[in-house]
Amino acid sequence: MSHNLESAANPEALRRVVIEPVTRVEGHGKVTILLDEQNRVHQVRLHIVEFRGFEKFIQGRPYWEVPVLVQRLCGICPVSHHLAAAKAVDMLVGARTLTPPAEKLRRLLHFGQMLQSHALHFFHLASPDLLFGFDSEVERRNIIGVIASHPELALQGVKLRKYGQEVIRHITGKRVHGTAALPGGMNKALKASERDELRGGIAQVVAWSQAAVKLSRDFFTSSEYSAEFGTFPSNHLGLVGAGGDLELYDGGLRALDPGGATIFDHVDYTHYNRYIREEVKSWSYMKFPFIIGKGAEEGWYRVGPLARLNICDRVSTPLAEAERQAFRAAAGGGLQHATLAYHWARMIEMLHAAEAIEQLLEDPDLLGTDLVTRGARALEGVGVVEAPRGTLFHHYKINENDVVEKANLIVSTTNNNQAMNEAVRQVASRYLDGRKLTEGLLNHIEVAIRAYDPCLSCATHALGRMPLEVSLLAVDGEPLDRLVRSAEGQLSRPTL
Amino acid sequence: MILFGYGNPSRGDDALGPLLLDRAVAWLGEHPDLRVTPVADFQLQIEHAEDLRGHDLALFLDADAACPPPFAFRRVQPAQDRSYTTHELSPGAVLHVYERITGEPAPPAFVLGIRGVAFELGEPLSAAAEAHLAAAWGLLEVLLGAADLKAWTALLPRVE
Repeated sequence: MSHNLESAANPEALRRVVIEPVTRVEGHGKVTILLDEQNRVHQVRLHIVEFRGFEKFIQGRPYWEVPVLVQRLCGICPVSHHLAAAKAVDMLVGARTLTPPAEKLRRLLHFGQMLQSHALHFFHLASPDLLFGFDSEVERRNIIGVIASHPELALQGVKLRKYGQEVIRHITGKRVHGTAALPGGMNKALKASERDELRGGIAQVVAWSQAAVKLSRDFFTSSEYSAEFGTFPSNHLGLVGAGGDLELYDGGLRALDPGGATIFDHVDYTHYNRYIREEVKSWSYMKFPFIIGKGAEEGWYRVGPLARLNICDRVSTPLAEAERQAFRAAAGGGLQHATLAYHWARMIEMLHAAEAIEQLLEDPDLLGTDLVTRGARALEGVGVVEAPRGTLFHHYKINENDVVEKANLIVSTTNNNQAMNEAVRQVASRYLDGRKLTEGLLNHIEVAIRAYDPCLSCATHALGRMPLEVSLLAVDGEPLDRLVRSAEGQLSRPTL
Repeated sequence: MILFGYGNPSRGDDALGPLLLDRAVAWLGEHPDLRVTPVADFQLQIEHAEDLRGHDLALFLDADAACPPPFAFRRVQPAQDRSYTTHELSPGAVLHVYERITGEPAPPAFVLGIRGVAFELGEPLSAAAEAHLAAAWGLLEVLLGAADLKAWTALLPRVE
């Protein structure tokens, strides 16, 4: 739980290595490494250009617009923002408990999002590293390399992603920008024909998800390297169900310390700010959340698939529960702290999502038309969901005119900020210290970050790509070496 | 044919692709004889390769921060580029994924890039982008009315 390597004692006397942007993550990140003349690592920091302006974007809007508006914060997990905001807005209209059809439709929507997001990350962003190795040729280490060598696997990834998007489309009317949740419920019932169309493909989706779990499990357990890479003790936080089940849509907050002891449990998430605070550091745009009772130094935590599998007591679907037990057994019964175990946990969650979709598609409530409820109005609402990347908090205060006056969002990637920094430091110390820098070694750093599947941008895009550039500077600031990866993936070492 | 319009409607001129698609969808409603599949999204991803199946022509509508104003119309070929490593693929990368997962040549594809100048969250479309959108619609209406490879290819030199 230390902050070793966060700040060097004498940074001005060290060489600086910059990896920018970090690739195969959503958005742009930058890693700076300060080395001495023997290439020993003295300081490592992951800098992230955070979701700035989100709160301002929301303030001044009528509350009922918020669930639709926030979908546009992010092109990768719009459904997660939509549902977190919807839950907060439910409180504003006094409808924290929804009708069964409305809640089940939201859960189905959420599972569709989880499925497509996890499939994209594992098959297309992470699998090149896992299949070919972190040091393999950079030209091969991408999804096209996967398609060439494992065509069936790559096609399964495409189809899993597509299925998840189809779930979203059927419920919201569109794959993105659709509307589904409204204050106190949902705006459209699912038609029998839509349900039946989804039923047609779900058995295959479950089977492919099982195969993906096996692939990720085999990767993790086949080498001690996986258990050592980017491994460090941490607290873990997330939602759990009333019985301690893995819970992605609603539940209470649970936090465990590195040894698995309970820090708090079944906390009403509307009181999250009594338990979690955010620290600001001068060198990063992104805040550093921590558990108040443990303080900033010891209270940072991990969220997302690894944390969720660590904190839950069981998974409600049978195939995923069997895999959870194997996952926990691999950690000797304690908490799993390996960064690369995120991939395994992510695939177990994808299997759970597939199984849960299959169950929901057989539930008669799913076609129900009693979709909206109301209660006593309130001026403050908090919504929390487990998004693909981790716990997502939306908190709004409105005035008597129904306009949002204050908004606070803690997004999943922010919750993992300190953990990603720790992972990068651990990997830098272990694999870069005292060695010559190569693209493969630098990819180790990126592999550690990618395991968290960080979502760093808000879906804006323009034609043109940013290259990755690594510069080595001498103690006096004189450039010593420079490695450039072009927009087309070509590596070059320009003349200095 | 299939018509992709993509971008984030809440990020200023990034909305150009979806807005042009909306206009096309409205126009197609008045021309039910034309067989065009519209697809709106935030950004292109691997599953859009699946969308290409069964189509003989594809057009990608997107905001472009670098093309000459008001728009650029160009042919796009399947290509492996760095966009494979992100959550956002280029049109050429989508075509390339299609060829690799199907083993078949991708349909002929074109990009209509509309020049955008401002992409901040929460901002409306800029005045310049409004004008570029209107100009691009003039071309898109022609393209939709004559959706075949020969006709579109003939338009390339004139508008580039």
